[in-house]
Amino acid sequence: MQQRQEPGSPSRAIYEDTVVRQLAIMAVVWGVVGMAVGVVIAAQLTWPQLNFDIPWLSYGRLRPLHTNAVIFAFGGCALMATSFHVVQRTCQVPLFAPGLASFVFWGWQAIIVAAAISLPMGFTRGKEYAELEWPITIAIAVVWVAYAIVFFGTIARRNVRHIYVANWFYGAFIIAVALLHIVNGASMPAGWMKSYSVYAGVQDAMVQWWYGHNAVGFFLTAGFLGMMYYYIPKQAERPVYSYRLSIVHFWALIFTYMWAGPHHLHYTALPDWTQSLGMVFSLILLAPSWGGMINGVMTLSGAWHKLRTDPVLRFLIVALSFYGMSTFEGPMMSIKTVNALSHYTDWGIAHVHSGALGWVGFITMGSLYYLIPRLYSRTSMYSMQAVELHFWISTVGVVLYIAAMWIAGVMQGLMWRSINPDGTLAYTFVEGVKATLPFYVVRLTGGLLYLGGMLLMAWNVWMTVMSGRSARAPVPALAASHA
Amino acid sequence: MDILLLLVPLSVGLVLVVLAALYWAVDRGQFDDVDREGERILHDD
Repeated sequence: MQQRQEPGSPSRAIYEDTVVRQLAIMAVVWGVVGMAVGVVIAAQLTWPQLNFDIPWLSYGRLRPLHTNAVIFAFGGCALMATSFHVVQRTCQVPLFAPGLASFVFWGWQAIIVAAAISLPMGFTRGKEYAELEWPITIAIAVVWVAYAIVFFGTIARRNVRHIYVANWFYGAFIIAVALLHIVNGASMPAGWMKSYSVYAGVQDAMVQWWYGHNAVGFFLTAGFLGMMYYYIPKQAERPVYSYRLSIVHFWALIFTYMWAGPHHLHYTALPDWTQSLGMVFSLILLAPSWGGMINGVMTLSGAWHKLRTDPVLRFLIVALSFYGMSTFEGPMMSIKTVNALSHYTDWGIAHVHSGALGWVGFITMGSLYYLIPRLYSRTSMYSMQAVELHFWISTVGVVLYIAAMWIAGVMQGLMWRSINPDGTLAYTFVEGVKATLPFYVVRLTGGLLYLGGMLLMAWNVWMTVMSGRSARAPVPALAASHA
Repeated sequence: MDILLLLVPLSVGLVLVVLAALYWAVDRGQFDDVDREGERILHDD
């Protein structure tokens, strides 16, 4: 097997961190881009004149650019970077097939650029989080297979017998996303950038939301729990609170998530029994989700004082608080009677963003704040004050965002179902839209703060990279790590 | 709801894969010395 050697010490291999550096930096770049597009579309909802009658800048085309950029570009690069870092360190072996890992990086960036061009041009499959047309869909599948080979290949030639729990989460995320992507991506091409889903009607809707909810459950949850299980113990310098619990809730989580999809289709043409199945499994899901939250938060048991002085740890722990909140809110919204009010309202947007900004965003920021300095031979970021400021600005931003959308959502739901004594609707739809306007302004403010925090992070990362140098970390000698 | 003819077997199949993976892990001693494993990553560099 080929391993890069540290000059002067022929028996020591070096970890393959170049691709980790590349992915970590791009995660920050795409974070800024994705959140900036988010701010643009939030502004457009508030002031529709900002569509400027230009098709490439219209809300309908920019919205999927925002979702794809924050989930797959920002989230995807962060997951790839951290999974390549974690799998090497926990298996005490360099990456399998580093050339293929490099292909994963460049291939993923090419896909992101293709998305950034094709979506504003109006090419879309019309499926949420699966908008990219069929040539790009195929490219994603190819890059994903390469990613799986690198990740699982590294595990296969590990020097530590036990597979650390974070790798189980990353592995489940990689396999599940492959399955989901291929099944929901199945389409009949009808031109170079035009295709039709092989499924139709409510059947297509079912496949779409089986995909959609599992994208949340495996891409945005399992993957980031893998991140959490490595970077929280490392930053807190304490082991996971209950390793047993991490194993148990992992298996429970990956089993249960697959069945929750129907909760997106309550009171639609989907059969009642399927809706009820989705509702029940969504409620059950609360338990394994909170298992993860409790495990991560309680890792600080005996070390709570660190939260007072360590803003990186604060990002990581507050991320789990939002995770706990979102994984309570989600099951509640899956209850049919609750859903009858919340569906199609901004409450859904509130829920998505408490999970996305609060959980996914913060756990990524905390993890990158741990990882990036070390990739550049430093022990901490260039400016810890900037990290501190980032934390507070973003937290205020998240709270403004979700509070505004909660109020708007419940208000919309109540207005829409309000009936006069004679049975007619009390409000027209447009009256609901008018009433929502002030909340869109608050939401935009929250989003601007969150973007501001991300820009601060980008500056801090730049300064950290400039003042450090690429680390060439040796793989520890085999000795006692052989269990 | 013909799509269930795809989704249910697919999900059941996935459950079987999951159970197989769990069996493999237990069989290969992955969970034999769980208390030490959480500590191990704190000493990896």
